[in-house]
Amino acid sequence: MTHNSESLLPSAAVAPPPTASAPGRKRSLQQRRARAAWVLVAPALILLFAVAGWPLLRTVFYSFTDAAMDTPEDYNFVGFANYLDFAEGESFGVLADPLWWQAVGNTLWFTACSVSLELFFGMLLALLMNEKFRGQGLVRAAILVPWAIPTIVTAKMWGWMFHDQYGVINDLLQRVGAIAAPLAWIAEPDLSMWAVVIADVWKTVPFMALMLLAALQMIPSDLYEAARVDGATAWQRFRRITLPLIMPAMIVALIFRVMDALRVFDLIYVLTSNSEATISISGYAREQMVSFQEMGVGSAASVLVFMMVAGIAACFLWINRFSHEGKEARE
Amino acid sequence: MAQLTLEKLNKRYGDAAQVIKAIDLQVNSGEFVVIVGPSGCGKSTLLRMIAGLEDISGGNMYIDGTRVNDDTPSERGIGMVFQSYALYPHMSVYENMAFGLQLAKLPKDEIARRVEASARILQLEPLLQRRPKDLSGGQRQRVAIGRAIAREPKLFLFDEPLSNLDAALRVQMRMEIAALHRRLKSTIIYVTHDQVEAMTLAQRIVVLNRGNVEQVGTPLELYDHPANEFVAQFIGSPKMNLMPATLVHAGQTESVVRLWSGKELVIPIATPTSAEGTKVKLGIRPEHIEWGSVAEAPNLADVLFVEHMGNETYHYLDSGKLGEPWVVRDSRRSDIAAGDTVGYSLPPEHCHLFDESGQAFARRAVANGASRLPGMDAPPITFAEPARTNVMH
Repeated sequence: MTHNSESLLPSAAVAPPPTASAPGRKRSLQQRRARAAWVLVAPALILLFAVAGWPLLRTVFYSFTDAAMDTPEDYNFVGFANYLDFAEGESFGVLADPLWWQAVGNTLWFTACSVSLELFFGMLLALLMNEKFRGQGLVRAAILVPWAIPTIVTAKMWGWMFHDQYGVINDLLQRVGAIAAPLAWIAEPDLSMWAVVIADVWKTVPFMALMLLAALQMIPSDLYEAARVDGATAWQRFRRITLPLIMPAMIVALIFRVMDALRVFDLIYVLTSNSEATISISGYAREQMVSFQEMGVGSAASVLVFMMVAGIAACFLWINRFSHEGKEARE
Repeated sequence: MAQLTLEKLNKRYGDAAQVIKAIDLQVNSGEFVVIVGPSGCGKSTLLRMIAGLEDISGGNMYIDGTRVNDDTPSERGIGMVFQSYALYPHMSVYENMAFGLQLAKLPKDEIARRVEASARILQLEPLLQRRPKDLSGGQRQRVAIGRAIAREPKLFLFDEPLSNLDAALRVQMRMEIAALHRRLKSTIIYVTHDQVEAMTLAQRIVVLNRGNVEQVGTPLELYDHPANEFVAQFIGSPKMNLMPATLVHAGQTESVVRLWSGKELVIPIATPTSAEGTKVKLGIRPEHIEWGSVAEAPNLADVLFVEHMGNETYHYLDSGKLGEPWVVRDSRRSDIAAGDTVGYSLPPEHCHLFDESGQAFARRAVANGASRLPGMDAPPITFAEPARTNVMH
């Protein structure tokens, strides 16, 4: 590598071989550029492979074995048995486990609820922050606080706020008369997912708001003035001018948030520990691998998590490109 | 086509100073009025108040006799062309022009008719399906104008529409806008900082300075009879020379002033309001100063530098301790060089006089066409060493 990059500079400086014609020289310059590019990209590629590619390959590998957590070197290949297997009229494996499907349902529900609420509140905050008012800088800084707090701290904090006897949420709701008796936010299966969603929305709305605010600030103010001259109401200006113009940034923000939400683990684990009502697919994989020491099954679950997240991300990108091409085609 | 009346219109932001101070203006139906002034004079604010994009702090605004202070821009029925064009980047040219009509819930075929009609006027038909990003600056400008035309507004407002274009395109678009006005016969209010645009486009010019109207008049009225020093120096390029002088004799038909050099000059301007001995300023435009021989001319000066434009020549004469150099514009080529000493005279009929507060003393009407071309009948000129003669053409 070092040798390559060193050889680039002198060879660029010395005269080209006398036989090389003008186009030939041009191509070789391009080749040298390509080589230089590879040299520059190589460290990052190697690092990525070491920290992402290799663990992924190992996980895929273990998902086809019956290895246990404490003795990973002692394993037998079991084919797809960790995923799905049939024996004596019964099915086994992750895909046959009702808890896995419960986790899939929980994760999708959590993702849909939290991301759409984040988008809604993030948009409101972004629109608010985009207006000029006194103390604007303070609000922008203050709004970042939830995002800056570590998830574990967020989870613990909301855990206390949701506490059924001493929690501030129950206290507030009782004072305003919304509920008669304290609610068991964490323990009640119907409520615990909402507790998780509320905590997650509180934590990640700032991210969404700032992404959208950055996009909003790219829109020149005279577009809104032109729209006012054209007779657009505030809602029409938002719907016909703002929304289409921030759409690309919004899709990127949504991809980030959806992928994050699909991988959710720490918030749920700290807030509701092993409750089946809130377990996510990542939580399921952890339970198989760590609690049950089933490295093979845990790896199989992890591979499924990966495929799900990658698949949904690919869908997003495909839809984005498709809608983009549609726009281009109309031009 | 509509008539616009502004009555003591003013604008203040919070407790800060007024940016627009009690402006009275009447724009007649079909008239092309240009509001011109230096940057920060409030001209864009005034236009935005007329548009309804800025609140009116005080006074009244009428369109065709109806008070519209509290109407939205679309209720006022205005069409506006922005400096940055402000085209919607995600819409095609057609959609840009149709947007306002769709919001007004016009029937589809009526929208198509209007968009196509304005596209035809501006030769935008081949571009209707393109996005703004695929258009050149001049084309974007035309789309912005087309969008305003399609609304069929009572009042067209242009906010420095040409300042983002290069010089050649600016001249071309200037002519297109003038042609458009002749064709549509619409009422146009046009804001610019460029006095050349104001002079070439306007039927009437409003000169604005620090939120005040300095003068309203036709281009040549402002040029020949500026009401004060500000207008005198703002209209015309290069700007009018102002020379300090003292009023020696204040007369009913003519006055005598003593120049800074001690020379006295009889000027055909009445100065009944000023006492003798007061300080005044004598103004003369660069093209009106006449060369004379060094031996005979009443004034002498050193030439600081000379600018050759090809069709005309600017000479900058040393004004000594008085500040800015005097400018002399010659419509001929000249072989006067920096460092030469030249003689010149100030033809009294071309002089302006301003009192201490900067207000002009009224001049007699300038007979159009009768004014003599400067230097046309001047005698052959000789200059102090080295002896040079003007090249006559």
